[in-house]
Amino acid sequence: MPITVSRQPEGATIALAGEIDHHGARAMMAQLEDAIASTLPLRLTLDLSGVTFMDSSGIAVLMRALRQMQQLGGSLRVTAIPLQARRVLDAAGVGRLITLE
Amino acid sequence: MKAIDQTTIVFSSRSANEGFARACAACFAAQLDPTLDEVADIKTAVSEAVTNAIVHAYPDRLGRVTLRLRLLEGNQLEMQVKDAGVGIPDIEQARTPLFTTGSEERSGMGFTIMESFMDALKVRSEPGKGTTVTMRKRIARRAGGAR
Repeated sequence: MPITVSRQPEGATIALAGEIDHHGARAMMAQLEDAIASTLPLRLTLDLSGVTFMDSSGIAVLMRALRQMQQLGGSLRVTAIPLQARRVLDAAGVGRLITLE
Repeated sequence: MKAIDQTTIVFSSRSANEGFARACAACFAAQLDPTLDEVADIKTAVSEAVTNAIVHAYPDRLGRVTLRLRLLEGNQLEMQVKDAGVGIPDIEQARTPLFTTGSEERSGMGFTIMESFMDALKVRSEPGKGTTVTMRKRIARRAGGAR
């Protein structure tokens, strides 16, 4: 499950790609957790432009990243959300908890 | 309701089959000439139902998951996901947003998303016997589309 990390002076951007379903979610969570732990960003941006499919397992991935960033005292925003993923996030009301752009 | 076309796919409750089930549903639905958004709705809803069967119906073993796809009169697609697993003791509770008995990669939003992406959702379950989730969605007829 590919994730790509790029660091900026003010934080980091992690790009997620491929299909995020229950089958791949656990591995993606582990990769994301390691990436956040090694970069320790104050501001984390998750770029979903490469996500080709996402179901509610993707919500769990984002919520896990949110909790980790809250523990670090940092912030999380999610950008470049494809329409299908956006509709899943909207149906679940995730925008009340995470900044979706 | 009379089915115009029907297919049934039986597969093992391995998580790798979640993508297989999505592809099957999307391919079957292609005869309705759905829009890309409608295909995305179909794939999302079936993914949730099949994942529920894989995660919750057979927590300690592999079991059989049956996906029955039917094309009904009135341009409706029916997707039924059936398992012979542990069953759901309290369906109303299971359908409540954020309720989950699953592990960390489950969000408890599966039924909420199925309801949101489909026109109708019915859940039947008997503890020890299994669960059947039936979903229907009407696919809009498109002007000029071949039917």
